[in-house]
Amino acid sequence: MSSPDTVAAAAEAGRYGQGGVPPAGAMERFTSYDVEAFEVPGGREENWRFTPMKRLRGLHDGTATFDGTAAVDVSAGGAGTGVTVETVGRDDARIGEGGVPADRVAAQAWSAFREATVVTLDGTPEPVTITLNGPGAGATAVAHLQVRTTPHTEATVVVEGRGSGALADNIEFVVADGSKLVVIVTEEWADDAVHVSGQHIALGRDATIVATSIAFGGDLVRVSPTVTYTAPGGSAELFGLGFADAGQHLEQRLLVDHSTPHCSSNVLYKNALQGKEGVTDAHTVWIGDVLIRAAAEQTETFEFNRNLVLTAHARADSVPNLEIETGEIAGAGHASATGRFDDEQLFYLQSRGIPEDVARRLVVRGFFGEILSRIPLAELRERLEAAVEAELAVTGA
Amino acid sequence: MSTLEIKDLRASVTTDAGAKEILRGVDLTVRAGETHAIMGPNGSGKSTLAYAIAGHPKYEITGGEVLLDGENVLEMSVDERARAGLFLAMQYPVEVPGVSMANFLRSAATAVRGEAPKLRTWVKEVKGAMDALEIDQTFAERSVNEGFSGGEKKRHEVLQLSLLKPKVAILDETDSGLDVDALRVVSEGVNRYKAAGDVGVLLITHYTRILKHITPDVVHVFAGGRIVESGGAELADELETNGYVKFTGAAAGVEVAS
Ligand SMILES: Nc1ncnc2c1ncn2[C@@H]1O[C@H](COP(=O)(O)OP(=O)(O)OP(=O)(O)O)[C@@H](O)[C@H]1O
Ligand SMILES: [Mg+2]
Repeated sequence: MSSPDTVAAAAEAGRYGQGGVPPAGAMERFTSYDVEAFEVPGGREENWRFTPMKRLRGLHDGTATFDGTAAVDVSAGGAGTGVTVETVGRDDARIGEGGVPADRVAAQAWSAFREATVVTLDGTPEPVTITLNGPGAGATAVAHLQVRTTPHTEATVVVEGRGSGALADNIEFVVADGSKLVVIVTEEWADDAVHVSGQHIALGRDATIVATSIAFGGDLVRVSPTVTYTAPGGSAELFGLGFADAGQHLEQRLLVDHSTPHCSSNVLYKNALQGKEGVTDAHTVWIGDVLIRAAAEQTETFEFNRNLVLTAHARADSVPNLEIETGEIAGAGHASATGRFDDEQLFYLQSRGIPEDVARRLVVRGFFGEILSRIPLAELRERLEAAVEAELAVTGA
Repeated sequence: MSTLEIKDLRASVTTDAGAKEILRGVDLTVRAGETHAIMGPNGSGKSTLAYAIAGHPKYEITGGEVLLDGENVLEMSVDERARAGLFLAMQYPVEVPGVSMANFLRSAATAVRGEAPKLRTWVKEVKGAMDALEIDQTFAERSVNEGFSGGEKKRHEVLQLSLLKPKVAILDETDSGLDVDALRVVSEGVNRYKAAGDVGVLLITHYTRILKHITPDVVHVFAGGRIVESGGAELADELETNGYVKFTGAAAGVEVAS
């Protein structure tokens, strides 16, 4: 699907954007906990240029009033051994260990939250499910969640976003030395919802995170995960799956900041898009910034974004960006491919008697299978597979 | 008793320079029990004929008829044609990443047979068919044709043939790219399919070596988008010795006349 041919075909099928402009100074990105330290973005700034600002419900310019609350529920199973759930104030010393906001909405959420939920995982606890509830239609809220592990813990956490309204939040994942955290974050919002989320992943010595980001619902979902390595030996595997329908804007902005030696990152994000005539384009945005700073010798990194444009009236923007300051790297690569649904594949399957709708489903299921098959929780995996089928049923694709 | 009738079939492709006619009136009837070989120079339209019958969207039918047991094939969708009993083993089988061979075969069998085959007998059936074609079982878990060698792809086309059991099979250069042993294995597969049912075979090839394994009842020479000569098996030998010069001349004549 990466051949020039199919990319050209994608341009016909929908609109195809492949930015060639590197983000202005991802190396020197500005960060602050204080919303006032950021200028109000107008939409032309590098990190806002793909986002429909009008649909942000004022989260970016100070006009939003935080009149709602976003309840953070931790599953009963989470009360088991090795799981501690706390509600803490802004002054808790642990808050902020994951990272610092890098855009005005994340800083806004940081400036406005009153209480944070801290979930500490120790040993080998049962999988924990955390539900992030939207404040309800018409309401706006902020939230703050931190998931942290103790050294040598192995744990799995599911964070499910559900409900209506507008939500700006920061989610920290603080992974201690020698521990492994498997995270699945799902955006399963109602059609009206707006979710702008700053994810801050901090990896200790020899720590591993395997994070899978699933985006189905919402009117506008913008998730910005940043990975930092606080000591050598860290490993980040970041997977993503997005399915944008007519009118939906799904944006994923990743920054992997290699600043210590002997760390690795592997990124694979896949989106499918299906639009509809007369409705705003289905739109996905994937930004993959990987920085390898001078000190980060023996870094190994690969990132790949693939987009499958199923119909017309869909637009996939994809901007991989690798900035390298050291020559001593173990390996670095990036790639991006956007393709239209492949007519030759469809013909081949149909020529074996398989009806068109079944054939399309086979291909899309296969496309996402690479992501979904890695989800270790069978029940969740099956639910997400069913969600993909349901998305396909929307347009009978 | 199945019959595939192709009557004065004309087809064109759209190019940047406009429509280009490739099939210029093909007449051919394949009856159950018969094997027809089609031989002809590169670019003469053999694959186009195969694709046009299968319903590839790239080709526009501009005239003529294709009937399977009297039913108008040209009005059917691609999958309907397959379910009606047509099968095309492609010259260049398509890779379908992410869809396992096992899943694909089962989906195809379910569609063609009208119901999902019983799991227990199905597993055995597939294993048997793979063994017969000397295909390793590990292929079942690989994505359809992805990363298969040329010869492996061709074996899998015949695997599909043996599982889907069509009324009429069109084999487009299924022998190309096969080593000597693979050629024998694949030919035996085609012969088993043929022997097991009252079916017709249309075999497109460049080489007489496959005709030593699969004996054709009729050999057709295809040039300039149509059949320019038909004869017995000996015609293939003559082509091997003398080439197509005589016929491309004839085809050129047609071009001038049209
Ligand atoms: N999209 C297209 N644009 C222009 N010409 C095309 C297109 N598709 C097919 N053709 C031409 O149609 C002609 C017939 O092609 P076809 O593949 O049917 O030949 P063939 O007889 O199968 O050849 P071979 O023996 O090499 O397989 C060729 O000249 C080919 O270049
Ligand atoms: Mg050909």
